[in-house]
Amino acid sequence: MAERERKQKPAPREREGEAAEVAAPAKAGEALKEDLDDLLDEIDSVLEENAEEFVRSYVQKGGE
Amino acid sequence: MVAVPKIAGIETEYGVSLRGAADPNPVLASSLLINGFVEQRRIGWDFEDESPGRDARGYARDGAQPPEVETHLVNAVLTNGARYYVDHAHPEYSTPECSDALELVVADKAGERILARSMQAARRLLPEGQEIVVYKNNSDGKGNSYGCHENYLVDRSVPFAALVRTLLPWFVTRQIFCGAGKVGSENGAGPVDYQISQRADFFEEEVGLETTLKRPIVNTRDEPHADPQKYRRLHVIVGDANLCEVATFLKVGTTAIVLAMLEDGGFVDKDLSITGPVAAMRAVSHDPSLRATVELVDGGRCTALELQWEFLRLARKYADESGLEGCGGELLGRQVLERWEAVLGGLERDPVHLAGQLDWVTKRQLLDAYVSRDDLAWDDPKLSLLDLQYHDVRPDRSLYERLVRAGKVERMVTEAEVLRAVAEPPATTRAYFRGTCLARWADAVVAANWDSLILDVGSDPLRRIPMMEPTRGSKGHVEHLFEDVTTPGQLVDRLSAPQEVE
Repeated sequence: MAERERKQKPAPREREGEAAEVAAPAKAGEALKEDLDDLLDEIDSVLEENAEEFVRSYVQKGGE
Repeated sequence: MVAVPKIAGIETEYGVSLRGAADPNPVLASSLLINGFVEQRRIGWDFEDESPGRDARGYARDGAQPPEVETHLVNAVLTNGARYYVDHAHPEYSTPECSDALELVVADKAGERILARSMQAARRLLPEGQEIVVYKNNSDGKGNSYGCHENYLVDRSVPFAALVRTLLPWFVTRQIFCGAGKVGSENGAGPVDYQISQRADFFEEEVGLETTLKRPIVNTRDEPHADPQKYRRLHVIVGDANLCEVATFLKVGTTAIVLAMLEDGGFVDKDLSITGPVAAMRAVSHDPSLRATVELVDGGRCTALELQWEFLRLARKYADESGLEGCGGELLGRQVLERWEAVLGGLERDPVHLAGQLDWVTKRQLLDAYVSRDDLAWDDPKLSLLDLQYHDVRPDRSLYERLVRAGKVERMVTEAEVLRAVAEPPATTRAYFRGTCLARWADAVVAANWDSLILDVGSDPLRRIPMMEPTRGSKGHVEHLFEDVTTPGQLVDRLSAPQEVE
């Protein structure tokens, strides 16, 4: 298991105490918002073309 | 009484598109995916114990239509213990049985990788210019829904009505952390820009047997795929397909604890019932601010979040008094409780804190960024496209995967674990026995089902091995057995009486 991923495991961090529990997700949420704009350009390049036509043509049969 | 182990699995119907074909046939496309993936001889499915029309309430159905069993369609059992098949007009992946929420996160993620590999494989079978694309979502945005069902092992001796009473408010409110998010509404639900759940618009009854029409919040299908004297399999049809690992972990982990608590009995010290749960389910889903209130049968109103805090309080009391051994073990159970509390706390402060953990928040934040950059109205098709493409299973097109690669999404398991689970079964349940037999003797496995295997040992008759106990046939039980034998015939001989896997 990679060290970076091990650090993301929730149990040890959350057991450190209330402060860590509160801070971690809040930080992640704010960081995501700040950096997201930089990602949009990258996402633009993989988005399907002609959104209207694409969405209209996505029709499924019901399942289950 | 001690709750039975909460063995669980997830079955996901993927949305499927055949691009570039004049007359795209979703059944054919689904078949191509599965045939493309399964390179070894396909294993037939043994339908002997299938009885999807049986009703947990103990009476015969009154005009309700049981789902059709489509024996003629493609149906494969994989070496990881999963079932991969065509259901209606969708490719469906049923994970192997898992004994804890984290193991099931791995198995569910492995399903996504299998679908991605299937798309690649199918490309080689298709004419130039055609491509099959699958989506891990639950709606086409036009009133057609396909499911993501969970299954939990439940003690047969618990009266079903006792489960239903508490499960209704549970399912109405848990969507605030396991919803996958959706632009707009469907199926006659009132207008909304963005809602928490993909599925809430499609539920029309409180309790029932249906899955495709008049969908009930609590499904009563009584088909245990295990010893019917001892067990039920609670079939949960109300959930969304999740991509965020934290969401899947919480969905399964919390539901397992709530079920164990109901089985042990005596812990629910107040009536949590909601007046009009069907309407309440939509009201909760349609309010991403989480301020909508629901009416309680006992009087008063409260938010979904407040009811969730009540459930957490009860679950903590249960954990302290009875332990969480049956919920994947004490350590994992505590991990579920801690994450549950942290997520409810985050939702209470501002749902934006849960971006990267919950699908509906993560996707919402991506859409918000587009709304603000491009000055979009919520009915702009570009937002619907972003919604859909978040769930695209192709690694290079999936917007969810883009967010993962950018480090914006928390992973709870490693990719190495996921890739191992593409080929290997979980070690802790009978899936280990099933998967190992298939890996070693695919040609001898004539048919497989959740609770049996039929082996051709080279001489008549075929030998049927029942596996009615989901906890048996684990690696701990049968590893030595597999080490000692080299042929399926020897395996059958070694099973003291081939009635039960030991």
